[in-house]
Amino acid sequence: MSDLRELYQQVILDHYKRPRNFQKLPCATCHAEGHNPLCGDEITVYLHLDGDVIKDISFQGAGCAISQSAASLMTTVLKGKTKAEAEELFQKFHDMVTGEGETPDPMELGKLAVFCGVSEFPVRVKCASLPWHTMRAALEGAEKAVSTE
Amino acid sequence: MKHAEHRASEPPCQDCLVGFGADKIREDFPILWTKVHGKPLVYLDNAATTQKPRSVIEALTRYYLEENSNIHRGVHFLSQVATQSYESGRTRVRQFLNAAHDREVIFTRGTTESINLVAQSYGRKFLRAGDEVIISAMEHHSNIVPWQMICDEKGAALRVIPMTDAGELRLDEYERLLSDRTRLVAVTYVSNALGTVNPVREIIASAHRRGIPVLLDGAQAAPHMPVDVRELDCDFYAFSGHKLYGPTGIGVLYGKADLLEAMPPYQGGGDMISAVSFEKTVYNALPHKFEAGTPHIAGVIGLAAAIEYVERIGMPQIATYEKELLDYGTELLSAIPGLRLIGTAKEKAGVLSFVLDGIHAHDVGTILDLEGVAIRAGHHCAMPVMKRFGVPATARASLAFYNTRADLDALAKAIHKAIEVFA
Repeated sequence: MSDLRELYQQVILDHYKRPRNFQKLPCATCHAEGHNPLCGDEITVYLHLDGDVIKDISFQGAGCAISQSAASLMTTVLKGKTKAEAEELFQKFHDMVTGEGETPDPMELGKLAVFCGVSEFPVRVKCASLPWHTMRAALEGAEKAVSTE
Repeated sequence: MKHAEHRASEPPCQDCLVGFGADKIREDFPILWTKVHGKPLVYLDNAATTQKPRSVIEALTRYYLEENSNIHRGVHFLSQVATQSYESGRTRVRQFLNAAHDREVIFTRGTTESINLVAQSYGRKFLRAGDEVIISAMEHHSNIVPWQMICDEKGAALRVIPMTDAGELRLDEYERLLSDRTRLVAVTYVSNALGTVNPVREIIASAHRRGIPVLLDGAQAAPHMPVDVRELDCDFYAFSGHKLYGPTGIGVLYGKADLLEAMPPYQGGGDMISAVSFEKTVYNALPHKFEAGTPHIAGVIGLAAAIEYVERIGMPQIATYEKELLDYGTELLSAIPGLRLIGTAKEKAGVLSFVLDGIHAHDVGTILDLEGVAIRAGHHCAMPVMKRFGVPATARASLAFYNTRADLDALAKAIHKAIEVFA
């Protein structure tokens, strides 16, 4: 049961049941879709970029508690961050859920630290990281669009 | 749920359950003693693959320790022993299916390869532009994609028999789909995602009235019920060894001899020829024409041991016991608030597919796993079925004869825990 509560922490369940920023962003400058064919998790991340800053971020999707709460928490954390900061958090989050690299400082990850239990469940790592990969794809897409102009 | 209510008035026959002796049988499956996360393993993922009895594991070991050799070509002692074991495995499968001839039993890697063999060999030769192949709405991807591939190549079209909300095929629609353009009907005997047992006798009879051959995907039927291909009168029957308590990597395609004779080889190589020159190759006779290369000799020996094992218990006895178990599980799960069974056909075998309100199937799967209960969560390689029922995935508990009521009680208890966590 302790493992169970470590994975399904109250914050995770709360964000699953009441996802934050769950909407299509009318002023989105870029978006990307993510899909985990193994689980059927689907997610679309919308970003409103103002220069280098993520002025607003939202998501829509359907899937398991881990993927949907990870998306919800991600949107609350990334609002107002620069692209570089978002990339840095992506790396830290990725290292935490995969259990790779150095153990990230929980202080740096803040609320995201609730996903530390995921590394004990290898098959669920993809669920937690899907929104982050999708966010990154949206950012990269935006950069590509910029570079082609 | 109507089905469950109906069954509730007919409690499972205690005598049959006791007489069957699943507890004793469990001793033959050492893996069932495993502890998972400190809890006794409750293995309910039998539709994915079944566990292997000791006799199968010992047959594989014995082969490699005492008989290992290549077959059909050596004059030496071991080669003759291995050839004898391999070919007697074919006879064992022929008897299991009640096929007329050993040469109608082709060994493949599994159901998937068996279906691909028919699609590529029969399809390549007999499909033309404008022709049609009929499948059903509840097929596993392995009985969809091979047909899409050959239909695309030939300019033929795939037609799909729809199903009801209970997960039963619409035979009236099937009758309408049959036409002069239909070249083949390929349907599953038992649905892996829903557990529905399809009325294959009617399906076959209707097709045969128009001279259309029928392939049955027997992957989920072979482990759960006696099969008599001559009584069914199916033209092809495909199944996998590993879902029938045998090894992975071995499967069977049964085909009527006249059809197999008319079909070109599937793969070229050794063993499938009788003479090769650079100008011309003469193909070998059945069944070798379809068995290019060194086959999975150990797999055939393991499969024969598995068949011997289930036949010792008796396929009719297995079917009866599992039906009682399924009815018990259906009743148990139907009573859980917020649980919806996906697949409530009148005739079912071995599968309890379900969704829980507000809890995704993958979360159910993880929580059950922590309780030692192994089920499958996902689309079960049947994405069109998920779409038909408007769910992204289901949790699926699937039964074998070594399961007991205690296993289903553990399942229900673990589901309650999942509900509690998400409450």
